[in-house]
Parts: sequence; C-alpha cells; structure tokens
Amino acid sequence: MWLKFEQRTEPSVLMRYLSPLIAVGLMLLSGMLIFAMLGKSPVTGFRIFFLNPLRDTYGVAELFLKATPLMLCAVGLSVGFRANVWNIGAEGQLLVGALAAGAVALHFPNSSSPFLLPAMVAAGALGGMVWAAIPAWLRTRFNANEILTSLMLVYVAQLMLSWLVHGPWMDPEGFNFPQTKLFQPHALLPILVPGTRVNAALFLAVGALIAGWVFMNRSFMGYQMKVAGQAENAGRYAGFSARRAIWLGMLVGGGMAGIAGMSEVAGPVGQITEHISPGYGFAAMIVAFVGRLNPIGIFFSSLLLALLYMGGEQAQQYLALPYSISNVFQGMLLFFLLASDVFINFRPRLAGRRK
Amino acid sequence: MVLSSVSSIVAATVVAGTPLIIVALGELVTEKAGVLNLGAEGIMSVGAVAAFAVTHGSHSPFLGILAGLTAGAAMSLLFAISTLTLLANQVASGLALSIFGVGLSAFVGKRYESISLSSVPPVVIPGLHRIPVLGPALFEQQGLVYFSWALIGGVAWFLYRSKPGLVLRAVGESPVSAHAIGYGVVRIRYQAVLFGGAMAGIGGAFLSVFYTPLWVEGMVAGRGWIAIALVVFATWRPLRVMVGAYLFGGCMITQMFVQGSGLHLAIPAQFLSALPYLATVLVLVLISRNRSTIRLNSPASLGQPFLPDA
Repeated sequence: MWLKFEQRTEPSVLMRYLSPLIAVGLMLLSGMLIFAMLGKSPVTGFRIFFLNPLRDTYGVAELFLKATPLMLCAVGLSVGFRANVWNIGAEGQLLVGALAAGAVALHFPNSSSPFLLPAMVAAGALGGMVWAAIPAWLRTRFNANEILTSLMLVYVAQLMLSWLVHGPWMDPEGFNFPQTKLFQPHALLPILVPGTRVNAALFLAVGALIAGWVFMNRSFMGYQMKVAGQAENAGRYAGFSARRAIWLGMLVGGGMAGIAGMSEVAGPVGQITEHISPGYGFAAMIVAFVGRLNPIGIFFSSLLLALLYMGGEQAQQYLALPYSISNVFQGMLLFFLLASDVFINFRPRLAGRRK
Repeated sequence: MVLSSVSSIVAATVVAGTPLIIVALGELVTEKAGVLNLGAEGIMSVGAVAAFAVTHGSHSPFLGILAGLTAGAAMSLLFAISTLTLLANQVASGLALSIFGVGLSAFVGKRYESISLSSVPPVVIPGLHRIPVLGPALFEQQGLVYFSWALIGGVAWFLYRSKPGLVLRAVGESPVSAHAIGYGVVRIRYQAVLFGGAMAGIGGAFLSVFYTPLWVEGMVAGRGWIAIALVVFATWRPLRVMVGAYLFGGCMITQMFVQGSGLHLAIPAQFLSALPYLATVLVLVLISRNRSTIRLNSPASLGQPFLPDA
C-alpha cells in the first residue's frame, strides 16, 4: 500500500477552513506528547498551558493585550503575502516603529496635547514604513530578494535599538540600565479595563482588521493584489503592476508593524528597552497563515498565538519548563498547517504498489 | 609583531568563514536540485545544541559533529516531507523550519547555558604549518576547517564531473524532463535536502563545539540566512562560495581588526556587529541588479513543487 495524492479538479473550500483546525488539533496532541516525554502529566500540562492563562479577567485582558500587536502585524503582512511579497522582516519594522514613536514621546516630555498619541501612532507607522521601504526599493530597483534583505534588516534594527538604549537615549538616572526614561502619562495609551493592562491599541488593531477586510474584499487595488499573487501572468496581461504590488505589500506591512511597535512602547512596556517584542513580528507570520490571510481568521489566530505566549509563561512558572516552549508550539503549528494544506488541492488515496 | 597579527587575523577570518562555507555548500546542492530550503537558520540552531549536548556528555567532539549532522538531517527531513511529499509551499515551510528550529534549540538548550566545553586543540598539518605567516593561519586549524576545503572540491567535483551530479542538476533545471527519462525526481530531491540539512547541522556543531565553545540562545545569529544569501552571491558555484564566506568571515571579526590596529575609533560596537548584515544586503544588491546573471545561474525549477504523474 502506498499513499498517493490525486489532484482535485478544484480546491476544496471545506479543507481550506478545516486545515487550520486540524493543525491546531495536531499541535495540541504533540504538545501533550512533549509534556509526557518530559515526565509531566499531559492533562496537567494541557490545563496549565492552555487553560490556566484564562482563569480570570486579568488573564483574558492579557490575552487581548498580547493579541493586539499580532493582529496589527499580521493584517499588514497578509496584504503582501496575498501578492507573494515575502516581507519576513516585520520584527525589525516593529522595532523601528517603536523607536520613532518613542522619539516623539521623549521629545515632548511635558506636552499634554491630545495630539501627542496620534502623532506617536503616525511616527510609528512612518518608522515601520521607512524600514520596509528599503527592501521594497532594493527589490524593485535592483531585483534583490526581499526575503533575505528584509530579514537582515531585523538584525540591523535590533543593533540600532541596542545602541540607542546603551548610548544616546539611555536614561541618565536609570542606574546604567539599557533603557530610556519612562514615557510621561500623556504618551501612554489609555487602559480600557481598570486593573488590567489591555489598552486602546486594541481598537486600532480591530480597526485595522476591518480596514484590511474592506481593502482585500471590496477594493479594486485589493483585487489586483490577489490576482498578482494567485495568477502572476493573468495579472501582467491585465496590466496590474507587479512593482506597485511590491511597494504596497511592503509599505502596508511595515506601517502596521510600526504601529504595533508603538502600541508596545506606549502600552505595556512604557519606555524603550531591549525587550520590546518577544518575536511578535515573526509570530505574526504564523498568525497570518493560520488565519488564511483573512482578517476574520487573523482575529482568531492572533488570540491563539497570544495564548501560546501566555501558556509559555505559565509553563515556566508552574512546570519549570523554559519559556521558549511557546516558540516550539508556534513552529509546530505552522508546520502542521502547511502539511495539512495539501488536502486543499489534493485528495489522498491508498494505492497498491505498481507491479 | 605586525606579521603575527596579520596571521591571527587571517586565522580568525578562516574560522569565522568555515561554518558559512559548510552550510552554504549544503544549501547550494539543495538548490541545485531545485529546492529552496530557507530553514538553514533553524537547522543550524538545532545542530549546534545537539552537538553541544553530545560533546558535553561524551567529551568527544567527533561524536558531537555526528550528532549535529544527524539532528540537521532529521530537521531537513521534516522540510522534505512537507514540501516534497505533501507539496507545501517551500518558502513558507522553510520559514516554519527556521522558527521551529530556533525555538526548539532554545528550549532544549536552556539547561546547557552557562556551561562551556574545553576547547579542542587544533590539528597541525606537519610541514605546511612552518610557512611564514600563512602557515600558522591556515594549517594550525580545527579539523572542520580542512573538511570545509575538501567539501568545496567534493561538491564541485560531484556537481560538474560525476554522473549523479549531472542528474541532480538536470532535476533542478527541468524536473519534468528528468522524470520523463526515468529519474526519481522526488527521491533525488529528498537526498539533496537531507545533504543540505546534514551540512547545516555540521555548521551549527562547528559554532557550538569548536568556535565559541559554548551554547547561548540565538548564537547562530543569522548565519543560516547569510549562508543562503551567500549561495546567491556565489551564483550557485562552489568555489565562489569560499570567496564569499571569507569575505563575510572578515566582516564578522571587524572588532578584532579594529582592536588589533591599535586605533581607538569612536565607533559603537553595535555598528561593527551590524556590518555582516549590511554587507549581505549590499552583496545581494550588487549581484541581483543584473537580472540575467541570476536567471542564467539559478536552477530553473528553484522553489517549484513537482508532482509526478500529474
């Protein structure tokens, strides 16, 4: 007996939406297997990793707090991914956005203007866009592969951030810790639920999801992006510019990532440190794929990935496992998703070995 | 005095370039078969931690290298199954492998942090190491440095002078034709991916067992990605991989250059650390701006899925 795949006459819509659920199921199963292999009870592991984080209002608020930057980054990335624009440097764009927004906050330490926060959002978006414009320009002008250039710029952004907080931007009264001054109250996003950390950036994220949905499903440009991604030749014959698709995909992705960076420094972090993001820009790629590059899907998958981050914290605290178990789960999830996506275009069949 | 510092700079450049050569040659063979595996960063990380763990336990660097090789091949098997059997997108699967590998290595490696291995004495080549300046720089090195040189010759010979190498290139250029003649495209691609993974695993082993020698989370620091860029820079030719790898190796040890020169430059350390990444971008731009160079040299089916009997 041999497993064979037969091409379906048309892609299965059912499998397209079932596949993420299969992937989550497989991730849960292998997660429990990992717990068992580490000598922990799989049931306890499951409870602590996936249920414990949400046991109270604070936990649920934290879930939405951590999902916010993921939603922002993922909806921006999905615009590019639809057109096969592979921006994998969202983490760097997030950091540069955080730096730009932080520069505004630190430059106006006494301002109580209601425009301070909007200016920070704009600066964050601009910072992210500038960082994303570099690979876009190198790709359209010099044909340089945007996957590699956008990723290299993540390392450059991290080093730039490190230099700023160790050097020019370091808080002189901060006992030599690599961090800036704390932002003043008017440069911090308002908290939505008292006693928690979830803040107004959640509205920005949901707004971005709605805008993303309208753009992708109701605008001509969104349609052009989709065609450019799914049928390159058709797009070219129709006169849709590949160059514009690259610019648009990169700039939207970078801008959104920049806003996500702003939401972190003006939210839970409250200053610029070397630890602004636990890899949100990379996790957002998984969010985008698991959410089927669709804003509604991204809403739910960002909550799932946020839960994986929180589960890692719980596992560290109660199971004495390294926090990086979150990344193991994230990677497994994406792998299982890509593997089960085979059933969208193919039908499995058990065939006898040919004689 | 000057000569000995030249010698030590050459030696350090060679050491820094060695993992890049090994990983990039593995990736080159994979890509020549038409498969784009962007998972090198993750494979190297897992190879590094596996090699470190085994060397720490067995006190045998050789077993450590074997562990890195095995772990690397196992990681790339995941990639091969998803892209070659399940026909998943190669770019996305490579990213998944990178994310998974970096996470897995951090998870497994947690308990090995803040342990360091005793450094492995170099292998001295008798006679040659007496050459002034270059002798100590090139011929008092770790065994894997010599391995990387042999690998360049081996890969070049395999690809351009052997029958299986010819078949592998044919699979990369036109899988449909190769399949029609009767070659097992998927089987050959599996082998190429496994070879690439094994080499990336050895590259990781070199970092954690010979280079540093310790395990720190994130120690691969983008070398996997730089190795992939190196393949483009080398326009898919083995000898040029060596040139590029030593160029990047030189970039990576600029801090040593600056200290060795005795100049007290007011350059923040972060700028020097950013050099290899900026150099990668620059090099990609220089090579890629001539579109025909890329089109003529890159394997024609690179990144395309292949389904036999479709």
